[in-house]
Amino acid sequence: MTKEFEPRIVGILCNWCSYAGADLAGISRIKYPPNVRIVRVMCSGRVDPSFVLKAFAEGADGVLVSGCHPVDCHYIEGNYKMWARKVMLETMLQQLGIEPERFRLTWVSANEGELFKQYVTEMVDAVKKLGPFQKPVNWMTELLEHERSLGTAVQEIAAGGGVGE
Amino acid sequence: MSEEIKIGVYVCHCGSNIADKVDCAAVAEFASKLPNVTVARDFQYMCADPGQELIRKDIKEQGINRVVVASCSPRMHEPTFRKVCESVGLNGYFFEMANIREHVSWCTEDREAATEKAKALVAAAVARVPLQEPLYERYADMNDRVLVIGGGIAGIEAALKVSGGNKEVVIVEKEPSIGGTMAKLDKTFPTLDCSACILTPKMVECAQRDNVKLYTYSEVEKVDGYVGNFTVTIRKKARSVDLDKCTGCGLCITKCPTKDIPHEWEENLTTRTAIFTPFPQAVPNKPVIDRENCRYFTTGKCGICAKVCPTDAVDFEQEDELVTEDFGAIIVATGFELFDPSVGPQWGFGKFDNVITSLQFERMVNASGPTKGKVLLKNGEEPKSIAILHCIGSRDENYHEYCSRFCCTAALKLAHLAKEKTNGDVYSFYIDMRTFGKGYEEFYNRIMSEGIHFIRGKGTEVVERKGQLLVRTEDTLLGKYREVPVDMVVLMAACQPGQDTEKLAQTLAIQRSADGFFLEAHPKLEPLKTATDGIFLCGACQGPKDIPDSVAQGAGAASEALSLISAGKVKISPIVARCDEDKCGGCMICINLCPYTAISYDEEKKVAVVNEAKCKGCGTCSGSCPTGAMTNTNFTDEQIMTQIEGVLAV
Ligand code: FES
Repeated sequence: MTKEFEPRIVGILCNWCSYAGADLAGISRIKYPPNVRIVRVMCSGRVDPSFVLKAFAEGADGVLVSGCHPVDCHYIEGNYKMWARKVMLETMLQQLGIEPERFRLTWVSANEGELFKQYVTEMVDAVKKLGPFQKPVNWMTELLEHERSLGTAVQEIAAGGGVGE
Repeated sequence: MSEEIKIGVYVCHCGSNIADKVDCAAVAEFASKLPNVTVARDFQYMCADPGQELIRKDIKEQGINRVVVASCSPRMHEPTFRKVCESVGLNGYFFEMANIREHVSWCTEDREAATEKAKALVAAAVARVPLQEPLYERYADMNDRVLVIGGGIAGIEAALKVSGGNKEVVIVEKEPSIGGTMAKLDKTFPTLDCSACILTPKMVECAQRDNVKLYTYSEVEKVDGYVGNFTVTIRKKARSVDLDKCTGCGLCITKCPTKDIPHEWEENLTTRTAIFTPFPQAVPNKPVIDRENCRYFTTGKCGICAKVCPTDAVDFEQEDELVTEDFGAIIVATGFELFDPSVGPQWGFGKFDNVITSLQFERMVNASGPTKGKVLLKNGEEPKSIAILHCIGSRDENYHEYCSRFCCTAALKLAHLAKEKTNGDVYSFYIDMRTFGKGYEEFYNRIMSEGIHFIRGKGTEVVERKGQLLVRTEDTLLGKYREVPVDMVVLMAACQPGQDTEKLAQTLAIQRSADGFFLEAHPKLEPLKTATDGIFLCGACQGPKDIPDSVAQGAGAASEALSLISAGKVKISPIVARCDEDKCGGCMICINLCPYTAISYDEEKKVAVVNEAKCKGCGTCSGSCPTGAMTNTNFTDEQIMTQIEGVLAV
C-alpha cells in the first residue's frame, strides 16, 4: 500500500483570536491532523495577498487564513480588510487555475479550540481529495501579471471600504 | 549586516509534555544542519533557570547572536526568553519561538508526524531569525486616573482601593444608584450578617471621598486610545433631576400621582411612582424620572413634582449629556443578571402566582422590602410549605452548562430564612450540594440540623392540581419519582452575563468566553486581566461569583490598575508600522485603512508618515500596501515570506 498523500497547508493566524484558539486546542489536548503549519501575524489584516501566493509558489497544498470573528478583531477591523482581500484572492486563484478548496478564510476566537480543529480537519480532508497542488504550467508569467494588477485591485477594494457581506 | 549570523536552537522537552510526542533530540539534530545554526540542543525545561542559563552561556561563550527556542506558545514564554537574551546584551527581538507544544505535541496523535511538524516550525524560525532586527520598547506618558464600569460590590471595592492609593477614580453605573445586586440581598451567607449593613457604608464612602467621582444613570458609550491613555465618552442619561440642586428630601416622590409602575428594583413585587429613588439607601439618594411612565412626558400635563420641589431641582428639559474623561486603566465590574425562568415553561414561572425567583424571595424576607420582611403568598397568607429548587438554568445543557456556584449556599440561606420566618415545611431540591467556600460546608451542616427537608433530585417540573402546586422530581436517594405539594416555589435562577455584555465587549475591544461572560487573559495566572492591556475584570462579569470572591477580585483588579498606573509610564510594544519613503507612492490607501488614524500624509514629500505613538502594529496598512513600502517591525514581508518558505521546507 502506498503512503497516503499528506498535504502541507500553511496556516496564517492572527495573534489574538485564532492563534490563541489553536493554542487552546492544544491546551485542551484536542487532536487534529498535523498538516497545518502555523505562521503567526498580529492581525489577519496583516495578511498580504502575496503571502498566500507565496505559499502556493513554495509548494503548499493549501492556505488557511484565520482571524477574529467580525467585530471581534483586536484592532477593530483588520479582519474586515482581510475579508475584502479574500474576494480578490478567490478571483485570482480561480484565474490561476487553483481550486477554491485550497484557500480558506475562517474566523476562530480564542475559546474555539474545537472549531479550529473542525476547520483544519475539513480543510485537510478537502485538500486530500484534490491531491497534491500542481503549479499551473505558466504559473510564473501569470502570477507576475496578477501581481501587477494586484495594486489596482487593492486600491479598488480599499476605496470601496470593504465587502457588503 | 556584516556580522556573521550565529543561531542557537534550543528544543524543550517540557518534561514529557513535548518529549512524549516529539523526538526532541532528532529535532535538535535536524536543526544543527540548518544554515547559520551554530549550536542546537535539546533540554528538559528551557524556561527554568538551568535552561535559561544554557542560552546565556552560549551567547557569551559561543557568540550566539540569534536565538530560537522551540517550546510552548509565544503567548506564554516569549517575554521570558526575550529577557534572557537581554540579560546578556542581546536584543530581545533577535529571538524567535517555535510553538511545538500547543501546536504540535498536545494536538497530534502520531509521534512521527509530530516530529515532522516540529521540524518544519523550527526550520521556519531558523529561516526567519536572521532577518529580524533589533527593536526597542518605547514609553508613553501614563494617565493615572482609573475608570470603574459598574458600581456593584466588586466595582465599589475596586474604586475604594484605587482611591485609597491616592489616585482618582470614576465609577460609571447604569442604574440610578450604585450598590448592584448585593444591595437587594437580605442576609449574606455563611455568617448571615445583613447585606445592607456591610454594603451601605462602602456605598456612602464612594460618594464622600474626594477622589471618587460617580456617574450614575450613565453608560460608557465609546472608548478610544490605549493602555495608559484611554479617552472614554460617557453618556449621562437625562435624569430630569438636577443632582446639584436636589437635596433628596423626597417630597416629589410622595406627591407623584402615577403610582402603579412595576418596581424593577423590588423585582416587580410592588409598584413605584414615576419619579423615584430605587431604594431608601440609594447613593446618590436622589430621584430620577422614569420618562416612559411620567405623565408630564406622556401627556404633557402634570408637573406636580416640579411644583412641589423646594429647590427647583426637577428639570424636564434635561437632555442626555456626553462627557469625555481620560484614564490610564479601566476596570470592568458590570456583574451579572438573573436567568429568566419563564423561558422554561416547566417551572411555571409567570404562570403560577406563587412561583418566584430567588431574588424575589430575597426582597420578600428583607425588612425594608415590599412585604416588610414577611413571606407571603399572592393572596396575602403565609405559606405553610415552601420548595426551593436548585440549578434553574444552571448545569442544564438546554440553558447554561456551567454551575452558577453561589446558588447552593444562597439556597441554604433562603431555606434557613424561610424556616425562620414561617416555621413551615421547607424542601430543598438539589442535584449536588456545592458548598465550596470557607465556612460554607459548616453552614450546610448547620442548616441540615434545622429541620429542612433535603431531596436529592432536580425539581424538573412545577404543576398545579386543584389549586395546589406540585413539584415533580426524581428522588435519586430513594430511587423514586415524587410529587411534593407546596404553597410556594422559589427558583434558584442561574447567574448569567448581563444583557449589555456583548455591546460593552465591542466598545472595549475585549473578548467573551463561550458562556458569554468576559474572558480573562489566562484562566489561572491572569484572572483579572483581559487580552487588552490596561483593561481589567472583576466580579461576576467574568463568571459566577459570590460576594467574598467579588470583593477579593475587586481589590485585586484595583491592585492591577494601581501597579500599572504607578509605573508612571506605559511600555509600548515596538511592533509598529514603518514606511519606506523611497518605495511609497503616496497612494494613501493605508491612511484610510488605519483604524487608529496613525498614518498621515506628508504633502511635501508626498509619502505616508506613521505616528508610532498611535500605531498599534496590526499591520493592516502593510497588508494592503501595493508597493511594499509599508511594513511592520518584526513582521516584515520578507520575514513572513521566509517563514512561509521555512514551514514548507520539510
Ligand atoms: S486581531 Fe485577529 S483578526 Fe485582527
